[in-house]
Amino acid sequence: MAYDKFNILKSSAVPLPIENVDTDQIIPARFLKATERKGFGDNLFRDWRYNTDDTPKEHFVLNNPIYSGKILVGGKNFGSGSSREHAAWAVYDYGFRCVVSSFFADIFRGNCLNIGVLPVQVSAEFLDKIFKAMENNPNSELEVSLPEQTITILETGESESFAINDYKKENMLNGFDDIDFLLNIKNNIEKYAENTPL
Amino acid sequence: MSKTLFDKVWDSHVVQRIENGPDVLFIDRHLVHEVTSPVAFLGLKNRGIKVLYPERTFATADHNTPTRNQHLPVKDKLSANQLKALEENSNAHNIPYWGLGHEKNGIVHVIGPENGITVPGATIVCGDSHTSTHGAFGAIAFGIGTSEVEMVLSTQCIMQPKPKSMRINVNGTLNKAVTPKDVALFIISKLTTSGATGYFVEYAGDVFRNMSMEGRMTVCNLSIEMGARGGMIAPDEKTFDYIEGREYAPKGAAWYKAMTYWETLYSEDDASFDKELTFEASEIEPMITYGTNPGMGMGIKNDIPQAEAVEGGAATYKKSLAYMAFNEGDAMIGKPIDFVFLGSCTNGRIEDFRAFASIIKGRRKADNVTAWLVPGSHRVEEAIKNEGILDILHQAGFELREPGCSACLAMNDDKIPAGKYAVSTSNRNFEGRQGPGSRTLLASPLVAAAAAVTGKVTDPRELMEDVLA
Repeated sequence: MAYDKFNILKSSAVPLPIENVDTDQIIPARFLKATERKGFGDNLFRDWRYNTDDTPKEHFVLNNPIYSGKILVGGKNFGSGSSREHAAWAVYDYGFRCVVSSFFADIFRGNCLNIGVLPVQVSAEFLDKIFKAMENNPNSELEVSLPEQTITILETGESESFAINDYKKENMLNGFDDIDFLLNIKNNIEKYAENTPL
Repeated sequence: MSKTLFDKVWDSHVVQRIENGPDVLFIDRHLVHEVTSPVAFLGLKNRGIKVLYPERTFATADHNTPTRNQHLPVKDKLSANQLKALEENSNAHNIPYWGLGHEKNGIVHVIGPENGITVPGATIVCGDSHTSTHGAFGAIAFGIGTSEVEMVLSTQCIMQPKPKSMRINVNGTLNKAVTPKDVALFIISKLTTSGATGYFVEYAGDVFRNMSMEGRMTVCNLSIEMGARGGMIAPDEKTFDYIEGREYAPKGAAWYKAMTYWETLYSEDDASFDKELTFEASEIEPMITYGTNPGMGMGIKNDIPQAEAVEGGAATYKKSLAYMAFNEGDAMIGKPIDFVFLGSCTNGRIEDFRAFASIIKGRRKADNVTAWLVPGSHRVEEAIKNEGILDILHQAGFELREPGCSACLAMNDDKIPAGKYAVSTSNRNFEGRQGPGSRTLLASPLVAAAAAVTGKVTDPRELMEDVLA
């Protein structure tokens, strides 16, 4: 489905300096039973965020009021594991529009791009700088510019560029999705299918 | 330039190439299950469009289904609702639906090959990361998200950049009690869970040539656990023998035509890979995992490594061991366990049950162990009964459940309780994967069987007769 346009995002961020954050942590399987896409943000990081009696775990970053914002900053190999798009939905529904890490799992990255969450891959060094800036000042802001393909730590002015292919960049800038594109080339697809037996 | 197996299949499915963007890739076969499809069908409804090629689409119920009393209505309301949605969506779009109780029902990656839906040279997708299983037949198969499920339902295509290529060779002869699962866990332990991210893997060498089709499925299944989009093995006589005669496989003249094409599906001698790795079969021991990702595995007789000896973040490593309540330097052998799970798209096929039975035969289930033995499909269940394996299980104090994904992801009632240890033949040992607070030790069906009868982590070689070697 079509999603919000993404241009320049200036926001404070939420740090999660853990490696190999898998999609079972982002949204445990028992919360995948909906038939509509709504309410997934409530269960984002459910088992890290809540005790079994549903009281919040005070040490988890989402329960720490000093951190907030539209950017989630995670450790290396973020989003590994299952293909559940529900993980990206949960990230979006919670209010994040951008995830920053030094390395993303493939399917999670693709799922984010398909729903309008921008995955920004930075170097390990730059990721450390972001974490340090946030440690020093939880309110420190990041600026993510999709047109320029840069991410900047506003307090220090340190900046790095990130990669995204031209097609996906255009889609995100305009809020287009792949299905619109594919439906537009349906004739080509049908022609291809005629020559491709089952 | 000479082509790899992967190039041949990928390139022939490109409908359109977008400069500095993804390829539009045609999908031959689309497998659908109840959990990742409802929102995609809703998308079609909102756009007012139908499934473009229902004859290329197959639906089954597996992820959230109970493994007992499947003839009764599903008690969990949300699960029942998802199952109903899949049935209604399948009917509305003329998609064959193999729901609970249907003779073809089972785990999506078990029933694809069983019914001849999985064939060499095909592109196969499903909203499930273990779709890589089907690569065992020389198909390009991988998991997709729900937005992509909607793309395939509506246009039979997805849009993805072509991944890089990696070849993993394992040569030589496997040691006693080393199964395909051990080969895969060994490779993942060497590569880590992100070592193949961005790549599509081809498995080559004696070990995979000599492996059965079911063994190849286990290996390809686990490709995603090292980050790869998928893994594949060039088809050979074994592949063709497996497929011939199955319901959806080509027949008659179409069979010979297909064979002519399938025989061209291999990497050319001078084809080059972006990355190539080679391992010796003799290095591989029966494996077990001790941490909270599938890369944290080792030979079953080894001790848990020290944090300093592990590449990457010591903090994350220590957090993982703390979750498992294990210490650096601990031996795994002898650790008491509470549950055994035999099943899943990784190890829920008949050969896995044969292997399990070979160890437990004439022994008794340990009193401290709860065992959940869940066949991958009704066909597997039938074979277990027909081959006399069910009797062996019963005599040893085990019972057999009904097919489904079960405790692999614990969406149904099969949840390992908090703090309990499970030796599991499934694919992921993430925190809480098998139920909130559960602790998973991934291993082969042989290691699972040895744990089931001894109540602790045990080297299966100690329980094997030499004649079985």
